[in-house]
Amino acid sequence: MLDARDISRALTRISHEILERNRDAEDLVLLGLHTRGVPLAKRIAARIEAAEGHPVAHGALDVTMYRDDLRTHPTRAPHHTEIPPGGIDGKTVVLVDDVLFSGRTVRAALDALADYGRPAVVRLAVLVDRGHRQLPIRADHVGKNLPTARSERVGLRLEEIDGIDEVRIVELEGVPA
Amino acid sequence: MTRHLLSIDDVSAEEIQRLFATAAEMHDVQKREVKKLPALRGRTVINLFFEDSTRTRSSFEIAGKWLSADVINLSAKGSSTSKGESLRDTVLTVTAMGVDGLVMRHSASGAAHQVAGWLDIPVINAGDGMHEHPTQALLDGYTLQRQLGGPGSLEGKRIAIVGDLTHSRVFRSNVKSLIKLGASVTAVAPPTLMPSGITEWAKADGFATSYSLDDVLPEVDAVMMLRVQRERMSGGYFPTSREYTVGYGLTRQRLGMLREGAPILHPGPMNRGLEISPEAADAASSRILDQVSAGVAIRMSVLYHLLAGEESA
Repeated sequence: MLDARDISRALTRISHEILERNRDAEDLVLLGLHTRGVPLAKRIAARIEAAEGHPVAHGALDVTMYRDDLRTHPTRAPHHTEIPPGGIDGKTVVLVDDVLFSGRTVRAALDALADYGRPAVVRLAVLVDRGHRQLPIRADHVGKNLPTARSERVGLRLEEIDGIDEVRIVELEGVPA
Repeated sequence: MTRHLLSIDDVSAEEIQRLFATAAEMHDVQKREVKKLPALRGRTVINLFFEDSTRTRSSFEIAGKWLSADVINLSAKGSSTSKGESLRDTVLTVTAMGVDGLVMRHSASGAAHQVAGWLDIPVINAGDGMHEHPTQALLDGYTLQRQLGGPGSLEGKRIAIVGDLTHSRVFRSNVKSLIKLGASVTAVAPPTLMPSGITEWAKADGFATSYSLDDVLPEVDAVMMLRVQRERMSGGYFPTSREYTVGYGLTRQRLGMLREGAPILHPGPMNRGLEISPEAADAASSRILDQVSAGVAIRMSVLYHLLAGEESA
């Protein structure tokens, strides 16, 4: 569905949208959501830096402890949360994730964020929006809208983690459409 | 992950690393302004202590509270047990109140194992007699690994454990966990405080023993001092405290025999001037206060892994 060039173009567009909404990247903090939101936040930060000529604060947010489905899975070790030195108080925080689906990860991220401080504004950027929201959550910046059936899965792979940039739609077996 | 944590035998080397990785994140939470995670919201943990403890109990209490669990401390000493209630009736009564996890300390070796067999909730051993104290060993291993350079850094390192080995559950748990982490352990004690049969045990598990602290100290990468329990003094294990200090205390003189920067650990409470000198306890390489903060992080990690996930079958 998307190859490396499409992904690159989408990220460039998202970067410019973020800048337009937030003129002087100074109060901007990009936080990638584990796992694949983290490299995406780094890529967007690099693009903004290239356009603006100065670095933009970015980090990583782990929401494991804040999930509402903790009790339905075996536990796993949380990933590392990295809040940039300037903190998030009074900042414009852009949460970055790969695929927006039910909205539950973003809900957990908003709760986690509140424990780290009080941002002035929180926005959401995602590479793919596949629909099927279960909560009143929407993205401010979307790389690509991919209407999917529930019986499908979005296979999103990134160079930094999977060795290749691509987005594919995979049919799942045994899930009603 | 296992259902209970009764002994270091319950966790593999891989699971220990997973507990450490989680503890490292929990350690970061301690630095936040809001020291609270919602992972155990709505769950209740009982700290049931049949034996005195300040640091272990408060450490478990803080750990549970920072994970948003409701934590109830019950000192069973001088309560229903002294009125003749059996251990089984006490734990069944306490857990019938709708408890999701039990942290227990008892003076009888094996008490936690026995209790785990009666209950269908996770049981964490916070020290049972002279048997084991697994969370202490985990926090010691975590502190050392962090100090010596992160995951895998204990591989091939030499660690001395010094003191009353016979009566020490901290020693028993630590020797198992440090060996799992790849360290080579030397157990040092006067002959009267070496457990009987330690030679065969050491051979089977792969650790060394020595009666001479002076021989061992210059060779090790870290030293773990054990508390000398004052009540042993009258037991004829050593003639006087002075004599113990001369032979086995980490004195100011011995501090100079240690390698530069080699971490010094002590599970506390310390008898300053007996097994550890003030110079050693307050040395730059002393990690004793780090152990305390690591204790909360490790216990958060253990509570999280045993209580947050799906019910294991």
